[in-house]
Parts: sequence; C-alpha cells; structure tokens
Amino acid sequence: MIQFTINGSPQQLDIDPDTPLLWAIRDSIGLTGTKFGCGMAQCGACTVHLDGKAIRSCVTPVTAAEGKSVTTIEGLGSAAAKAVQDAWVRLDVVQCGYCQSGQIMSAVDLLSRNPHPSDKDIDDAMTGNICRCNTYVRIRAAIKQASKALS
Amino acid sequence: MKQEGKTSLSRRQFLVMTAATGTGLTLGMLLPGCSREEPVQSQAGPGKAGGEVIAPIRFEPNAFVRIGTDNRVTVIIKHLEMGQGTYTGLATLVAEELDAAWSQINVEGAPADANTYNNLFWGKMQGTGGSTAIANSYEQMRKAGAAAREMLIAAAAKKWQVAEGDITVQAGLLRHQTGGHQASFGELAELAAQEAVPEDVLLKEPEEFRLIGTRVPRKDSNAKTNGTAMFTQDVKLPGMLTALVAHPPRFGATVKSFAAGKARAVPGVDAVVEIPNGVAVLGKDFWSAKKGRDALQIEWDESSAFTLGSDELLAQYKALSEKPGSVARNDGDVPGVLLSASKRLKATLEFPFLAHAALEPMNCVMQRHQDGVEIWNGDQFQTGDQKAVAGVFGIAPEQVKINMLYAGGSFGRRANPQSDYLIETAAIVKAVGGEAPVKLVWTREDDMRAGYYRPMYVHKLEAGLDADGNPVAWQHRIVGQSIIAGTVFEVGMVKDGVDVTSVEGASNLPYAIPNISVDLQTTTLPVPVQWWRSVGSTHTAFAVETFIDQLALAANRDPVEYRRTLLKGHPRHLGVLELAAQKSDWGSPMGAGRGRGIAVHESFNTFVAQVAEVTVHADRIFSVDRVVIAVDCGIAVNPDIVRAQMEGGMGFGLAAALSSEITFSEGHVVQSNFHDYTVLRINQMPKVEVHIVNSAQPPTGVGEPATPVIAPAVANALSAATGQRFNRLPLKLSA
Repeated sequence: MIQFTINGSPQQLDIDPDTPLLWAIRDSIGLTGTKFGCGMAQCGACTVHLDGKAIRSCVTPVTAAEGKSVTTIEGLGSAAAKAVQDAWVRLDVVQCGYCQSGQIMSAVDLLSRNPHPSDKDIDDAMTGNICRCNTYVRIRAAIKQASKALS
Repeated sequence: MKQEGKTSLSRRQFLVMTAATGTGLTLGMLLPGCSREEPVQSQAGPGKAGGEVIAPIRFEPNAFVRIGTDNRVTVIIKHLEMGQGTYTGLATLVAEELDAAWSQINVEGAPADANTYNNLFWGKMQGTGGSTAIANSYEQMRKAGAAAREMLIAAAAKKWQVAEGDITVQAGLLRHQTGGHQASFGELAELAAQEAVPEDVLLKEPEEFRLIGTRVPRKDSNAKTNGTAMFTQDVKLPGMLTALVAHPPRFGATVKSFAAGKARAVPGVDAVVEIPNGVAVLGKDFWSAKKGRDALQIEWDESSAFTLGSDELLAQYKALSEKPGSVARNDGDVPGVLLSASKRLKATLEFPFLAHAALEPMNCVMQRHQDGVEIWNGDQFQTGDQKAVAGVFGIAPEQVKINMLYAGGSFGRRANPQSDYLIETAAIVKAVGGEAPVKLVWTREDDMRAGYYRPMYVHKLEAGLDADGNPVAWQHRIVGQSIIAGTVFEVGMVKDGVDVTSVEGASNLPYAIPNISVDLQTTTLPVPVQWWRSVGSTHTAFAVETFIDQLALAANRDPVEYRRTLLKGHPRHLGVLELAAQKSDWGSPMGAGRGRGIAVHESFNTFVAQVAEVTVHADRIFSVDRVVIAVDCGIAVNPDIVRAQMEGGMGFGLAAALSSEITFSEGHVVQSNFHDYTVLRINQMPKVEVHIVNSAQPPTGVGEPATPVIAPAVANALSAATGQRFNRLPLKLSA
C-alpha cells in the first residue's frame, strides 16, 4: 500500500510498486490533466510537483511519492499558478494543448523559485518541455507577463 | 443587408430531410420546437465524452447552429481541432453573421456524417487537411449563422408586431428601438424554431464585420490551461481495457509464432490476441498492458521484410535522379537551352524521412455495440475511418459512430488514408470479442516506428543563365515515394503517373523562366508514407528557394531583387516578399559570422515569405536568432490565430531544418523517442515577427503554409554567413 497526498487529499494505492507516478495519477486516481508523451523524461508533458518541485512523473516510480505531496494541474492554486494560468489564457498560448499542463507546471515551478526570471532563465527552465505546435514565443511572453503580475 | 425572401420549405420538412440524410447517427440532431422534458444524456464533443448533460434545445435552424433557451449558442464544428484554431475560427464565422456575443458561443465537434459535415473541397468526404477548414467553410458557416439570425428576427417581428426591417441585432440582443422592445436569443429561441428556414441569405460585406478580422479569444484556452480538455488519451469508460501492441520490428514482417504465457501471467493483463500486424496485450490499465507486452515472446517472419538502410536508399535515389521521369511540367526546350546557356548550375538535394511525432501518440478508443461500433478519437478523416472500421467488422459505414475529441497535435498523421491505427484498434476489438471498450495506446516508440512518414526524397536541379545572369532554363527532377498512390485520393490526385503532392511547389514554379521542366521518379518501398504538414512543399520549397538563391549569387544579384524581377506576374508572392524584406530591414549590414536569408513560397493558396537571421558560432554550431514572416492569407478571420500558426508552423519546419530525421539501418528504424528524433525546444526558438498583408480576398488556410518556408530561409542565411551551400536537410555546417 502506497500513501501520499495528491492535490491536498490523502491517497492510498494498492498497485505494482514500479508503476510510474504518471500512470498512478492517470489510471488509478483518474486525473487526466497530466499527460503521457514519451515515457522517458524527454518531453515534459507529465510534469507534476512533488513536494512543490517539478518532476517528470513518467520516470518516477509511484513509491517515490510515499509520504509526500503531489500536485497536478488540477490542484494548482498558488498565486504563481494563478498568474501563470491567467497569462496563458490572456495570450492564448495554447494550440493543440496536449503539452500545456506540463508547460504550466514547469512555469509555476520556475516562478515559485525565481519570480523574476531572465530570458535565459526561462529558456533554461522550460527546455525540458517540448511543444510540437511550437508555442514557445507565447510561453516566453506568458511567463514574463505572469512574473510582472506577481510583482 | 439581409435578403427578405423565405422559402416554402417548412421547418418540419427541413428536419425530415436532415434526419433522412443523417442516418440516425448525428448526435444532438434534436427536433426543435419539441420541448424535451429530459435532458440529453450524452453529447459528443471535446470534453464531453463522459456524457455531459446539456440544456434543453429549442432552436436548431440547421446542422451547425443550436440556440438554447438558456441563451447559449452552440456551433457544431465539422473539422478536427488539433491546435490550428478551427473551433474558434469556424465559430467566429457563425457568430459574425448571427451577430451573437462571443461569450455566448459554445463549440462542439460534429458527428461523423459526410452528407452534412463534408469538407466542401473534398466532395462527399468529411475530414480536415490541406489547410482547408476556414476556406471551405467560409460561406457555409456564415450562411448558417445568417439563417439563424433571420429566423430570430422573424420571430421577434411577429411577437412585437413590428416590421422585420426595423429590428436590429447586436451582440446577442434583438432590439426594436421605437417600440422599446428587446430580447435575447434565448428568449426568442422557441418562437424562432417555428419560423421557416430561409432558402438563401444575404451575407455581410467585409466592412460590416464586427468579429471577423479581430482577435476574439480562443474557445479552447481555458480547458487547455486547467487540465480539463479531453483528448483521446483521457477517455475512460466502464469496463475499458487498455491495449498495447507489439508491432513487427521491420516493415513487411509478420508474426510467425508467439508465446503469451508470461504476458498473461502479469497481474492486470486480461487478454493476449494476435492481430494482422502484431500481437496485442490488453490490461486493466496502461502499466499492466505495457508489462504484459514486454513479457511477450514473439518470433517474427522477416522473409519479406524491408531490410535496406538509408545510405543504400540514398544511392538508389541518386541513381534514379539521373534518369528522366514522368513529366509534371514541360515549357519550351530545356535541354536545348541548357546547352547554349552562358552559365550552368546544378544541385542534388537530399531529404530524409520525417515522423509527425505529435505529442499525443496515436491512440483510439473503440467499443462494439449490438448495432454498430462507437469510436472516441481526435478524428481527422471521419469518412475514410468509418469505411475502414466498418470493413473490419463487416457492417455499414453509417453504423460507425465517432465521438470527436481534441487531438494532441496531428500535423497530418491522424488523417491517415489507410486508417491504420483505427483498423488496428478494430482488429483488437474484433479479436477480443464482446462489448468491452478498448483503448489502444501507442507508446512514443510505437508512434515513432510505425511509419507513415514524410517520404524521403532526392531532388536534382539544373539551371542555365544567360550572359546577364537571367535564368533561361530550369530543370527539376524529384525522386521519392507517392503519398497518394493506393489511397482514395488517387483518382483525382495522380495524373499521368505524377502524384501532384510529390511535385506541388515545384511544378507551379512562379518564377518567369522561359524553359521549365519538372519530372518525377516515383519509387515503391514497403515503408508507409503520408502527408506531413505542408506535404509536397516540405521539400519542394527548399529545393526551389535555395536554388534560386544560388542562381542569384551566380548572377551577382541581390536575392530579393532577383526574385522581384522574376515574380512580376505574381503580385501576391511579390507582396509578401516586399513586406518581409522591408520589415526585416533587408540589406542592412550584419556583423561577422551572421547572415540573413529569404524565401517565399505559396502553398494551399496562402503566400508566405520569411527572412531568417542566423549566427554561426564555434564548432560548426549556429543559431537562428530572428525570423520575420509576411503572410497573405486573404481575409485574416482571426489575426491572432494567423500569427500563432505562422509562429508555430515556422517552428515545426525549423525542427526539420535543424535536426529531425528518421533513418533506417538494415530495415530497422533507428530513432525511437525524442532523445534521438530531436524536435525544436524553447531555447532554439528564434524571436518571431509576423506581418499580415491587408486583403479583401476570401480567406485561405494558415495551418501549413509557414512550415516549408523556414528551412530555405535559414539555409540561405547560412550561405550568406559562410559561403557554404546546403544540399541536405537537416542542415549541417561543414568544417
């Protein structure tokens, strides 16, 4: 039995301990905002926060979450998260949208650590998140706008 | 402004016709006027696969518009939303003529029904592609909105006992100024449903537009920003099994034998079945099915498998490029004029296979019912997919119902003329038997190695210049597989042995050259191929636009000035060329190690010019720093979405320019995931400026036309910076 909190609620799962956290979240818990894109931490679509820090859930075994706190796109609520999501909508960042949960989780992680990132900080923090629609111009702009809103 | 006349076609007759052609499959086709006591149980459309309850419907003037007593206007969208913005664009067209408030508009994916929801450019076929969504729907959707508006006005006129002509409609409100009357669409919905459907309507003149040409916000931004948008990957149905498939290691191989014992022993694995293209493992969830698939022991029959490598293919293609092929264009006397030319230039260009690599790997949910088959999919080619799946089960295509979901990208992949991943799902459902829904999930590796690539090509070009450096002869030969051969599109798109998609962008060379020949050597390989964002232009634009630059250089002329002279009869090419040159400050000096390059290309009747600025760093590394894009797509229905498609489409092409390629080694696909099939990341994204030509022409598509222009612009910029020529994609600097 694996126990952790997800989006503030305690969770007990009786699953294969080598199940990646991604599939525990999607298939066992039923939260589908976190996406599967590559399965090897190459694309960032599966990004969630583990104890507040962005991780790739597709290569993180569910056991690594034992006793910890997991936040997914559905559970965002911080000021930084609100600023990021508002900026995303205001600038119409999304196209197909499949990568955007992961993009937003990475952006929130960045702004939580570094509320005023430089252009290079943004590129460095977001390089692990692939967007095949190439919405990168707007991702940069939205992070800057969110940063401004936070200050 | 609006036409007065009404048809004798009654509302009821209209519905009877709709029902007859709708074959009972059209979700949400409810009889207006009949009040519905119980809410509709389930509704197709993004975010609604789980069965969202919708408000009772009172007014449904046609198959595209539904107005509820709750004042919501639902626009039914016949095209797939895969990121290009069609849910917003098509809804804008309806809202414009309806004079609705943008905030009251909902969108919903249309059911599969080619009689009602066909792509008007494709005959009786429903599907999305070729950057046609806005273009083919431009009048259709506006007429749908205008008809609803007329019926609302007629209802209001009767209710208020006033003349229709004295009623105005604005932002979802009907008003009669002098009588002091006012009503919302919702308040008039029931009455409007009693009105006759106008046979024809007058549409607004462009100067009357309130929404078209403005930035209205995307309809899918909220759901795609808070994790609630539903993709095929997210569908979960009671009793659903997840299926993973072990595909053959090489194209053309088949299953000889397999042992399922170890796979079946994996907890959660429910079934192991052989299907025509491999072995499927079904489990209660992804992870059990994945572990089950990993435990399969399969012996493959590879006696007829494809075993070549990319180098061998390249050698074959290059040999073929020396031999004349099927003629796509032949103006004047190319061989003769080449002989007498003052200067002759040649180039042989190489293009690799490319994977679409949409971020949502291919997947599909399917369930067998007593009376047919139900599919949940981000479906891009409904009519073909219905037919293909029906074929597997031996049922009629109309018995295949498709629930539309968002697609996590596609770039052409989900419009597969062979319906490959849908047939695979169908084969699994059939092999398993019963009525349990099955979700096929491909891993990234499955997606990368399942084929349906942009074909590999070799181009051979030769041109002759006269003494003044003007081109007098142009010979262009293309070698590669046909995308269209063997598909339903072959009749119209393969002419005299020439697949038009193999030569588009080359055979319609816009440059004024008196002698032009374009021919095609079509190869046949067991490697499955398919259209990839901008199709033929993905390679022809690079060939044409880098070679014309080479000619300009040989003529000692400026690349923009050279093109300008040769594009005299092509004002829209010229328009974007001049705009991009001007906005990029073309001709201003660049520092050492830097270069600027231009390319201009038309695809899908949209004209795009791009200027790329590059910097060459140490160790043969370069960066693309800035890209200026000029686009002429006729009326820009939503300029912000046009800009988004220019930015993103350019980035998609830039990935192929910089690093993406699928290669073969002894028949095996070498690449498997994003570590070795590299795509563009944010740190490689240049600064982008988009400039839209002001135009009153009917709108044309923007999903694809930015993609093919960037590779030649970057190659030309690198040539300007280094003096090197670039004969293959992805681009690599020499020492």
